[in-house]
Amino acid sequence: MPTAFKPGTRLYGRACTTELMIIRAPADAVEITIGGLPSATSAADRDGGSIAEGHGGGSLMGKRYVDAAGTVELLCTKAGEGAGAVNGEVLEVKDAKPLPSSD
Amino acid sequence: MGSPYCGLIAADTIVNNVVVHLSSLLEMVESGFDDRVLCGDAGQRVTGADLGHLVRSGAAWLGEQFAAVVYAGENHPLLPVGLLSAAWAGVPFVPINYRLDDERLNALVARQPGALVLADSATAARLAGSSAMVMVFDDWLRALADAPESAPEAAFDDDAVAVVLYTSGTTSEPKAAYLRHRHLMAYLLGSVDFGGADSDEAVLVSVPPYHIAGVANMLSNLFAGRRLVYLRAFDASTWLRTVSDEAVTHAMVVPTMLARVVETLDGALAGVTSLRSLSYGGSKASLRVLEAALRAFPDTGFVNAYGLTETASTVAVLGPDDHRAALASDDPAVRRRLSSVGQVLPMVEIEIRDDNGAVLPAGEAGLIYLRGEQIAGEYSSGSVLDADGWFFTRDRGSVDADGYLFIEGRTDDTIIRGGENIAPAEIETVLLAHPSVADVCVVGMPDDEWGQRIVAAVVLQPGASVDEATLRDSVRVQLRGAKTPDSIVFRDTLPHTDTGKMLRRVVLGDLLATEPTPT
Repeated sequence: MPTAFKPGTRLYGRACTTELMIIRAPADAVEITIGGLPSATSAADRDGGSIAEGHGGGSLMGKRYVDAAGTVELLCTKAGEGAGAVNGEVLEVKDAKPLPSSD
Repeated sequence: MGSPYCGLIAADTIVNNVVVHLSSLLEMVESGFDDRVLCGDAGQRVTGADLGHLVRSGAAWLGEQFAAVVYAGENHPLLPVGLLSAAWAGVPFVPINYRLDDERLNALVARQPGALVLADSATAARLAGSSAMVMVFDDWLRALADAPESAPEAAFDDDAVAVVLYTSGTTSEPKAAYLRHRHLMAYLLGSVDFGGADSDEAVLVSVPPYHIAGVANMLSNLFAGRRLVYLRAFDASTWLRTVSDEAVTHAMVVPTMLARVVETLDGALAGVTSLRSLSYGGSKASLRVLEAALRAFPDTGFVNAYGLTETASTVAVLGPDDHRAALASDDPAVRRRLSSVGQVLPMVEIEIRDDNGAVLPAGEAGLIYLRGEQIAGEYSSGSVLDADGWFFTRDRGSVDADGYLFIEGRTDDTIIRGGENIAPAEIETVLLAHPSVADVCVVGMPDDEWGQRIVAAVVLQPGASVDEATLRDSVRVQLRGAKTPDSIVFRDTLPHTDTGKMLRRVVLGDLLATEPTPT
């Protein structure tokens, strides 16, 4: 179901262990899937199913994922088999040079 | 909860059950680092999963009966349980300076009505007369074994105050600075790589819990997945030994601590091969100490960080590559960067403005303004952000053409001599570079002719001897006449806060009381 997501919102894969957190999202409602299935809003809502073709690229912990237009950014907080997608577009890893640790 | 700290939650900010709140940090740590040791000591190794259990028990124990959790004590291996339990229970965590005298300590506790005070045993004894509930932190931790875990709250408010810190008050009385959940999370999400640490990494925390660096140390290393090793209180020999014993890979110190470590090594190599990154900040480091440290730790990457309590810690960073490039360069503009605080973080905007508010171009010194999601700029008396969200740091500085930020010092410290603004830090830097000088504080004293005259209070190195004229000459050749101290006085010691900041108002008070005004 398309939703207007706020930063900080946590999303869970239904068919995999992937967990993503919204860092940036458009004000308009979008549909975010994980592994091609509608994302769940709690780990308890995991109800199995199988990952859709083209959505099994996986998510790596600590990596950030963005869409081509740069309107959406998700942070992977737990790795899993399913990849995130926004309105059907599978997200790509954001290349970012880590800052030196200052504290 | 009835706490004055809770912001109003607009209905549309609650989506699903989560906002940008430290509770998210705990959940991320729990699922991301469930079996990784993140804190504790040899007696109790605490993994991400353990931390989750402890914090939920801590929050359940707190319930809804307290308006805040005050922490009054030395560092503790389970300090994160205190802060995060308060966050999960929806009340502010207020670490206060346990080194204050009894009267001031009790006065700070009295400023937090309805708080639970968690203290170390020495400090708890000094709070016996307090009307607040005081518990020894270790006893409280033991009590958690019997507490149930609390269910998650229906909605965490990211606009609630997460941490209250008292500013060090070097130029005025301490102020209570508010950091809301969204400021701290903006800092973490904007500048720290979640899970960026390898599983063997450990950070040594030696800054005290009531300092913004202590709070940032805790939160950013938990976020990175790096094990926290706490020094109860700083001591140079213990610090060096702990780096070896615990195979510490990262550490953050204030410049005074760096100076003590360098002094203790006395020219020898530190010989701590595990240490990959040593970050320093909190006040200006002397170039002499920094160069000695770079020699003593040849395989360690140095990081200089600039930030304020009011900015939720770091806003600019000079990284290891910058340090090496500056040391190796023949270009004076690049070499000079060793005394900069680096470039501002990508999530932070900076402007240098003149006294009339006009934005100055690169290279020109003026007032430093910052804006960004981590910039809190708020005290118990209210927000000091302007209508466009800019925060005046009360620091002076400049940004060079490549974006490197140079801090000149507090505007409140600026000396106005004959109508000219003079930053004490510039003169102090020159004097500190003199081999005979151990410490220095430059202040402006009232003067009938000039408005203010420049006086330098100098502490000499042990056994060193140098006269006033020689020191004044050393400033005159590097700066110019108007910036040369009108007089230099010698002192055995100068007063600092225990995190190394010069107590200028105390130095000035002493000089006003002891130095005759020239006629």
